[in-house]
Amino acid sequence: MTDTPVLSVRNLVVEIPTRHGLLRPVDDVSYDIEAGEILGVVGESGAGKSMTGNAVIGLLDPPARITSGEILLSGQPIHNLERSALRRLRGKKMGMIFQDPLTSLNPLLTIGDQLSETILEHLDISQTQARKRAIAALEEVGIPAASARINSYPHEFSGGMRQRVVIALALCAEPDLIIADEPTTALDVSVQAQIMALLKRLCRDRGVAVMLVTHDMGVIAEAADRVAVMYAGRLAELGAVREVLTNARHPYTAGLMASTPLASQGRKRLRQIPGAMPRLGALPTGCAFHPRCDHAQDQCRQEPGPTLDRCDGRAACWFPIGADTKEEAQA
Amino acid sequence: MSAIIKVEHLTRVFDVSKPWLNRVIERLPRALLTAVSDVSFEIEENSVYALVGESGSGKSTIGKIMVGLVAPSEGSVQVEDVDLATETDATKVEAVRANIQMIFQDPFASLNPRWRVRDVIAEPVAAKGGDTTGLAEKLLEQVGLSAADAGKYPHEFSGGQRQRICIARALASEPKIIVCDEPTSALDVSVQAQVLNLMSDLREELGLTYLFISHDLTVVQHMADRIGVLYLGRLVEEAPRDVLFDDPKHPYTQMLFAAAPKMDGFGREIDPPKGEIPDAINPPTGCAFHPRCPLAIERCSVERPEMRNLGATRVACHLAE
Amino acid sequence: MADTTPITAPSPAPPSRLRRAWESDLAWSFRHAPVAMASFFVVTLLILGAVLAPLIAPHDPFDPATLNLMNGFTPPGQANAFTGELFLLGTDDQGRDVFSTILYGMRISLFVGFSAVLLAMVLGVTLGLLAGYVGGWTETIIMRIADVQLTFPAILVAMLIFGIAKGITPPEYRNEMAIWVLILAIGLSDWVQFARVVRGATLVEKNKEYIQAARLIGRTPFSIMLRHILPNVLNPVLVIATISLALAIIAEATLSFLGVGAPPTKPSLGTLIRIGQEFMFSGEWWILLFPAATLLALALSINLLGDWLRDALNPRLR
Repeated sequence: MTDTPVLSVRNLVVEIPTRHGLLRPVDDVSYDIEAGEILGVVGESGAGKSMTGNAVIGLLDPPARITSGEILLSGQPIHNLERSALRRLRGKKMGMIFQDPLTSLNPLLTIGDQLSETILEHLDISQTQARKRAIAALEEVGIPAASARINSYPHEFSGGMRQRVVIALALCAEPDLIIADEPTTALDVSVQAQIMALLKRLCRDRGVAVMLVTHDMGVIAEAADRVAVMYAGRLAELGAVREVLTNARHPYTAGLMASTPLASQGRKRLRQIPGAMPRLGALPTGCAFHPRCDHAQDQCRQEPGPTLDRCDGRAACWFPIGADTKEEAQA
Repeated sequence: MSAIIKVEHLTRVFDVSKPWLNRVIERLPRALLTAVSDVSFEIEENSVYALVGESGSGKSTIGKIMVGLVAPSEGSVQVEDVDLATETDATKVEAVRANIQMIFQDPFASLNPRWRVRDVIAEPVAAKGGDTTGLAEKLLEQVGLSAADAGKYPHEFSGGQRQRICIARALASEPKIIVCDEPTSALDVSVQAQVLNLMSDLREELGLTYLFISHDLTVVQHMADRIGVLYLGRLVEEAPRDVLFDDPKHPYTQMLFAAAPKMDGFGREIDPPKGEIPDAINPPTGCAFHPRCPLAIERCSVERPEMRNLGATRVACHLAE
Repeated sequence: MADTTPITAPSPAPPSRLRRAWESDLAWSFRHAPVAMASFFVVTLLILGAVLAPLIAPHDPFDPATLNLMNGFTPPGQANAFTGELFLLGTDDQGRDVFSTILYGMRISLFVGFSAVLLAMVLGVTLGLLAGYVGGWTETIIMRIADVQLTFPAILVAMLIFGIAKGITPPEYRNEMAIWVLILAIGLSDWVQFARVVRGATLVEKNKEYIQAARLIGRTPFSIMLRHILPNVLNPVLVIATISLALAIIAEATLSFLGVGAPPTKPSLGTLIRIGQEFMFSGEWWILLFPAATLLALALSINLLGDWLRDALNPRLR
């Protein structure tokens, strides 16, 4: 394995011009994903987590567009590619798994046709070979009797099986990067466990880099190696998953963790973050989180939130949790 | 404490057949979906009873039967000893109706977009010709919004605020019981905490009884006093919260608990559960869970287990002990 | 309760109704659609002309006493050879001022159009709501009637209704009743579209949770349809009503052109076109051209307005 990360996002900015002004659903976001690593991206709705994934894979809906920053796939810039070049890259180098498996499969084509079509588009092999590969791909994602079911249509599969097919589709051209956008949100708990186990296994066996976008902290805790917490389009915190979840440094992450009901808490009142995430058109001045933050000080209200570097690359906060003690110790 | 709601042998069958002509031409039999099958439980006054289950477990249908939106096929739901489905005395039915309200899952679909918040909240009282002066304003403050919001339209509010408005509407007729159908599953975590806290506060203040329907085990564990676990329309296990979470008896409950992602389950590797939920139109014979059950014996595929008491737990399994 | 602090900031004084309307999405989209603005201008001008006809029109074409047969066939913009009178758009065979007949004709066309659409709308929305909300046999019967009616061209249905209605009215009232029969015929031939769209929208709204909440409260089905569903299905109705208006005006013109509509003593645009086409080949083109151009401008701009409205109200296209 080389030192170049599979995906490297540098100071990414996505903007949407509207009649009410320019919106920034993704604002100065930077992160890397190594081969074989799962990066969890969490945040509440409107935090910009899906938009980041769509920007990487080149599926931004106009008028949204990347206005600055760069996206490197194995060191090669892909943010400025033509649509056609991106399309070739999608599938071959990058795969995508969506929330709703039904809408990401063509209802009029059999599973086998869709798989071999994708394989043929990216690999130079014969029709029969492609079909063999398709069956192998279905077997790998745990579809029983794959050779018999390859001629079935998407509606003949259950929700969990469909999501397996989508995963097979995303993996069949052996990409380096997979972007999974809420892959289990539409599924039941027991099926979710199956799908996540499958995703983890494939990532480990093949050394694929996975960007796992979800709002479920439990899923992140169990699956991700590192986690990026997003708030109002910016990265709030980035770090190893155990560190971030048990020892949050950004007040937002801490609030998020405290407001999740935990078995250990029993019936105690949940700690709550007051208010709701601001709309993109009406972001407060200063740090976007300050109106909901217990620790907010004048600096937070006046100056825009700092970058991650402020706190060892961990948290984008002027006064990260645990920093006082550290500074005192240094002094 | 006494039971405020008694559910006895509740069954609901939906006819999901194709139209008559299609059936004749395609020679299809009638398709009957048993959404709820012989479910019995009681809810005590001023407690939180939670129904958990995955999709197709019938938990929402039970909630709808309870408030009278859906009629039972067999069995009964008695609210304060009145059976809404069969009671003929209109005044009694009215009284019970006013006493049981519902909060829905999707805060974006549960408020009429063309109505002002004031009218939405006061509707349960206005529909009965009651006096609504200042009612909406009072309720808005009670659920943590401001009285000035009464003149706004629903689209001016966020999801969490809308759910507060729904709660305010549910409280308008001063009910004793509120059926909460996945009240927070459409909300973000930080907002979910606000709404759950609000619901707990209101329960204490107003002495409410909740039937809490959810698929989220952490939320159920946080809110419920007593929990019923449903699988394919059948109640498989029922117990006080701590008993259930400390010592789940039914293999399905055990599987569900194991499969749920844990916030502290870093790098946890589990053996994921086998199979998927079967089709409710043709459920398995005997115990509905037997094809996925690691313990299943031959008897399980033949004989449907009865509910039996096992300590503080009621469980429908031949093998649980 | 720990959580009593209002979540919403105290809002500033609400802007005036006019200001809100000006800033609404619909007004914004209108201001950015030149075609819609031009259409709106034309429609307004024509409707104003029709409404104010008694004040604007130089002559009253319905008053035979003011007519002078000597003025017949005066070309537009030229003085009459015998009387020396000047007519902006010329005169017809009976010496009626074409400009005035157009203004008065439009009154009739628009009156018939608006009334027919109103009838179709009331009928279609009611039946559509019933079909969508009640379902079952009610729905089957209503929608099958609609399907059957759709298989015939609307104009044929209108002619059929017109024929039947004419047959049962006593002859002495026929001329007076003609306008009302027209409205009935066009209205009855046009309700299907409304019913179909409203039924579809009702099916969507019916399953939303706010309807369940209203049922739970104990609202009657009638009250739910009227107070909850109706306001939420009106957007598409508005669009169809606009486009139907253009179609109804054309239908009226067609019927009148075919001689089964407005009588020659009270001519609508269609009647004027029919009268005009008799003189087209004898050189008196203006008798046909001006009413026809007016009809075209009216129908086209209403249609364009309807198109814009459909796009502007469609949330998917935003």
